[in-house]
Amino acid sequence: MPMTTRRRFILGSLGATSALVLGWSALPVRQRLSTARPLPVSGSEAALNGWVKIDADSTVTVMLAKSEMGQGVSTSLAMVLADELDADWAKLRTETSPIDKIYNNLATVVDGLPFHPDSTSTLKRVAGWLTAKSMREIGVMMTGGSSSLKDLWLPMREAGASARAMLVAAAAAEWGVPAAEVRVKAGVLSHASGKTAPMGHFAAAAAALPLPAAVTLKTPAQFTLIGHAQSRKDNAAKLDGSARFGIDALPPGLLYASVVMCPELGGGLAGFDAAQALAMPGVKKVIALGTAAGLTAGVAAIAEQPWQAMQAVKAVLPQWSPGPAAAWSSADVFKRLRDELDHEDGFAYYSEGDAAAALKGAARTLKAEYQAPYLAHAAMEPINCTVLLKDGAGTVWASTQVPGIARSAAAHALGIDAERVSVNVGFLGGGFGRRLDVDFIAQAAEIARAMEGRPVQTIWSREQDFTHDFYRPACVSRFEAGLDAQGRLTAWHNVSAGQAIVPKAVSRAFGLPMAGPDKTTSEGAFDQPYEWPAARIAHRIVDLPIPIGFWRSVGHSHQAFFKESFVDEVAQATGQDPLAFRLALLKNHPRHQAVLRRAADKAGWGTPVAPAPDGAKVARGLALHQSFGSIVAEVAEVSVGPDRTIRVHRVVCAVDCGTVVNPDGVRQQLESAVIFGLSAALHGEITLDKGRVQQSNFHQQGAVRMADCPRIEVEILPSAEPPEGLGEPGLPPLAPAVANALARLTGQRLRALPLRMPAA
Amino acid sequence: MSLWGEAPTPTLPTDQTTERPEPRTSPAAPGTEMSTLKINGQTREVHAAPDTPLLWVLRGELQMTGTKFGCGMALCGACTVHLDGQPVRSCVTPLAAVGTQEVTTIEGVRGASIDALRQAWAAINVVQCGYCQSGQLMSACALLDKTPKPTDADIDAAMSGNLCRCGTYPRIREAIHQASTN
Repeated sequence: MPMTTRRRFILGSLGATSALVLGWSALPVRQRLSTARPLPVSGSEAALNGWVKIDADSTVTVMLAKSEMGQGVSTSLAMVLADELDADWAKLRTETSPIDKIYNNLATVVDGLPFHPDSTSTLKRVAGWLTAKSMREIGVMMTGGSSSLKDLWLPMREAGASARAMLVAAAAAEWGVPAAEVRVKAGVLSHASGKTAPMGHFAAAAAALPLPAAVTLKTPAQFTLIGHAQSRKDNAAKLDGSARFGIDALPPGLLYASVVMCPELGGGLAGFDAAQALAMPGVKKVIALGTAAGLTAGVAAIAEQPWQAMQAVKAVLPQWSPGPAAAWSSADVFKRLRDELDHEDGFAYYSEGDAAAALKGAARTLKAEYQAPYLAHAAMEPINCTVLLKDGAGTVWASTQVPGIARSAAAHALGIDAERVSVNVGFLGGGFGRRLDVDFIAQAAEIARAMEGRPVQTIWSREQDFTHDFYRPACVSRFEAGLDAQGRLTAWHNVSAGQAIVPKAVSRAFGLPMAGPDKTTSEGAFDQPYEWPAARIAHRIVDLPIPIGFWRSVGHSHQAFFKESFVDEVAQATGQDPLAFRLALLKNHPRHQAVLRRAADKAGWGTPVAPAPDGAKVARGLALHQSFGSIVAEVAEVSVGPDRTIRVHRVVCAVDCGTVVNPDGVRQQLESAVIFGLSAALHGEITLDKGRVQQSNFHQQGAVRMADCPRIEVEILPSAEPPEGLGEPGLPPLAPAVANALARLTGQRLRALPLRMPAA
Repeated sequence: MSLWGEAPTPTLPTDQTTERPEPRTSPAAPGTEMSTLKINGQTREVHAAPDTPLLWVLRGELQMTGTKFGCGMALCGACTVHLDGQPVRSCVTPLAAVGTQEVTTIEGVRGASIDALRQAWAAINVVQCGYCQSGQLMSACALLDKTPKPTDADIDAAMSGNLCRCGTYPRIREAIHQASTN
């Protein structure tokens, strides 16, 4: 069956049982060892499988199939393989993997199935297993969804153990001793007879052996690296300016392009006058830009030097034609979402008992409406991509989270087959989901096609980056809680309304329509651990012509704020302690209880809080949230300044993320998510005026800076469960923890993001 | 094979795609004059127009990519370099304003301050994506050069112009304190 059809089939059936018709033959883990083509090796390197190469000098090179965008995968994934290999950590490096289906991301697609985490149904297990199986064949390489360790935990351990067994077999053959007697420690093989040699000595012989049919993985007690904090492998390059990000590509003969796109999202280009631009120094060409992969139409100026291109594009006089977004301002969006909630029940992702009846029979009900705005990603490395079309072949240098999709996008724009395109991925200067889209790669390829024979680096200004993002969708959510005469919760009813990301993103990436429920719309609302006596949790998808995309923690980013705020409202309205109220709803969830208690204990919940340095009163707020498999509780200590500024002084963050690979990496990611979440909670807001984004640079879209960054304390709970996601789960509970603290401090409940104290 | 369906319809007739007529205009046109820069202890000749921001001279003509583009408006600090030891945002510093001042970038910065900072940065695992870190280090280095034992308030004042979206601030603060005690 043609690939397009198969892909449509699978992507169109996420969450549906039709995935069941696909067959299978072996476990996905074993199928992810060998690449279709042998790994490229240089000099005296030998590839032992698709994940590891060993040089004669014993340098171990681990293939990195995930993009390093700050989350530390070049350290943590290497640790996973190195531990099973018993490699010398000091002699280990990483290299970006080629594009191959063994590197396809299975975990994110499986996690995208709309099942509750507590579900133990056969359907969930079978659908998950089959989805993994099919994504191995037709999925994509992807870094996102906090999935890297979860996705590669077993394959990379298997690869390390398999390579180790081959080295042992080669040593046993050379030394004439039983393989069972060969020991491996820190990159050195040895035998009781006194024979000893480093790994590199056996690399070539080992690589010639067949892959072992089966290997035994270590028990946790045998781990030497996993669970022990390691320094980041990318430290050195990032301290002396030598780290190469996508924007640092410098192929010989490089030209630069600067672009301007229609200010109204999705608008078109009716024409342009380039006479003035073309007369400027260094300018080579001015071209119209198409709308592939979700782009808004635009114009590019190509010049010898970057500043020349930037000046030239400002001198182009374009005539824009407004697109469908021009009819929409922020107020229209929120009105539309509310209208939908007035008239529609939404699709129920979770139902327990008869929530409607329970509400009708309640002694008392509480209602509230929440909202969250569109958000931009604003990664520090502005959107850029470098492409060369020469002799019918394409070369791409890009900061991307999806190299395979990037290759297809570039190939399409260059008018050549994907097999003729190579993609170079260096360090990413932040991703946060923005680099899951390939719009800019298609655009840069289109520009390079106009300059065939010379590489062109297309750099978006920060203004273009802010105003032509794929935004976190705006959302409105309504809650109703039923209480009995004793103030106990009897019913939980929640419907939210907003755009659905997945169908749009799939359509942009693959050019295919997709329908059906989108878990990301309701994640964070329906998939939480609380044991509601009766509940209905639903989402109404509203289609709007505003480009939306994946933003760090996706649906959780706003649903956690809505849900954890309203939980607090109910506790407050019934005079209950927010901690005790939550614990009572988690009787069958000991892991969640433990995380909540740890955060509360560490923060000193229930004890007096010291005032702020300026004497202002400080209050604590609490939130609990589960996302990407990990459980996080946060306590924020918050005050309000004399100018009504919200100030967060301290955040205690407790996590259960299963097995911890690099403890310091866990701390880094939680600190990162807290600060990213705080920037969004206090400053994050993209507003629209007749389809135009009104925020263009960091003066109009603030972010937390050194002076207003809270003290962050991370508590990691021990666990023997497999590793869960960590790049995102620290973010969702931050905003509600701050809002809950503010409600206790001021008596005012803030139900809209970003959080702003009304004038006193 | 393509997974993209039909090729996009061009939004404009191809005659709207415009190319600069050859031969090029006068060789004496703006943008081709030469000036001399002192960078990292070396003297370099550059041809950029005098209004070109130092950032784009570094990243473009000189192919020194350690200094980063972040915002173009001196709002984020990613492009921080030193001019005669003072931290400046190279994205808003025209070439003409550099004159005879010594330019120091992340590739060329030397001395006890940066050594101590790099050591602390690595020991504390400050970096995440790393894109802002050239600018962070250049700001921190200028701070330590001037104030060897900075207080938290000194750090707030010197470092709040450097944006980090990964959120490395707490570790930067810790690393500056650590470096200042070495």
